[in-house]
Amino acid sequence: MLQTVFSPLSTSDPFADMRRMQNTMNRLFSGARASGQSATYPPVNFWAGEDSIVMTTELPGLGEEDIELTVKDTMLSIRGTYPDPESNDDIVWHRRERVGGTFLRSVELPFRVNPDHIEARFENGVLTVEMQRPEDDKPKRIKIKAN
Amino acid sequence: MAQEIAAQDTRDVTAGNGDANRRAMAFTPSVDIFERDETTVIMADMPGVAPNDVDVTLERQVLTLRGTVNPDAPEGYRALSSEYRVGDYVRIFTLSDEIDQAKIKAEFKNGVLRLELPRSAETKPKKISVKAA
Repeated sequence: MLQTVFSPLSTSDPFADMRRMQNTMNRLFSGARASGQSATYPPVNFWAGEDSIVMTTELPGLGEEDIELTVKDTMLSIRGTYPDPESNDDIVWHRRERVGGTFLRSVELPFRVNPDHIEARFENGVLTVEMQRPEDDKPKRIKIKAN
Repeated sequence: MAQEIAAQDTRDVTAGNGDANRRAMAFTPSVDIFERDETTVIMADMPGVAPNDVDVTLERQVLTLRGTVNPDAPEGYRALSSEYRVGDYVRIFTLSDEIDQAKIKAEFKNGVLRLELPRSAETKPKKISVKAA
């Protein structure tokens, strides 16, 4: 099982850029963008809004019921198991490039999210998770009084 | 292909340069290919492609799988970090056997294309009897 705790958003990991470059090189030479061999699976993209954040990740071949999302404070975890490939004695394999097995990835979010206001969708193999910043966590504007 | 460009930028670049460049930017989908009985099964990962945007063509023995991705940048959001890129998919195979075109099955579910290509009856091995002179 692949376990990743590195965050794509934190600056505390000095090797993040190097690893990303390595992934890029691997992708260049393999011609595919298979990410199963890389240390961080699945790769995630982040989008920032006003007081919310969206994470997307590609999990082709999984169903909604195969994905488990958990959030605690600023840590979002994605866990999933790919269905076993068809197996039979009379099957002759020619190519096996698709990712399989079980994965777990934990991602550190830039702020605490409200666990009651998370919207997760799974469409055409892409998981989209929209998270809101809780009211009490938002920066507050402080009025300055003039004399 | 390997440059780390944010997904949005990629689209802008390809959109401005017409079809040729768009194809050049396409990704190679990961595939599983296996044979069972008289049928070849191909499964290709094309996450982000809607079932209607999958295009499969078989011309003679050349099988082309194509998937077009629509930009899915969430509205009102800006890209923060990007570990994977989004783009169209193209992969071309040359099949070694004659396929029974009428019996091809194609299914697209959860971003995975599954193709069943049955071998046509004419190409099944036939025993040729040799007569003694």
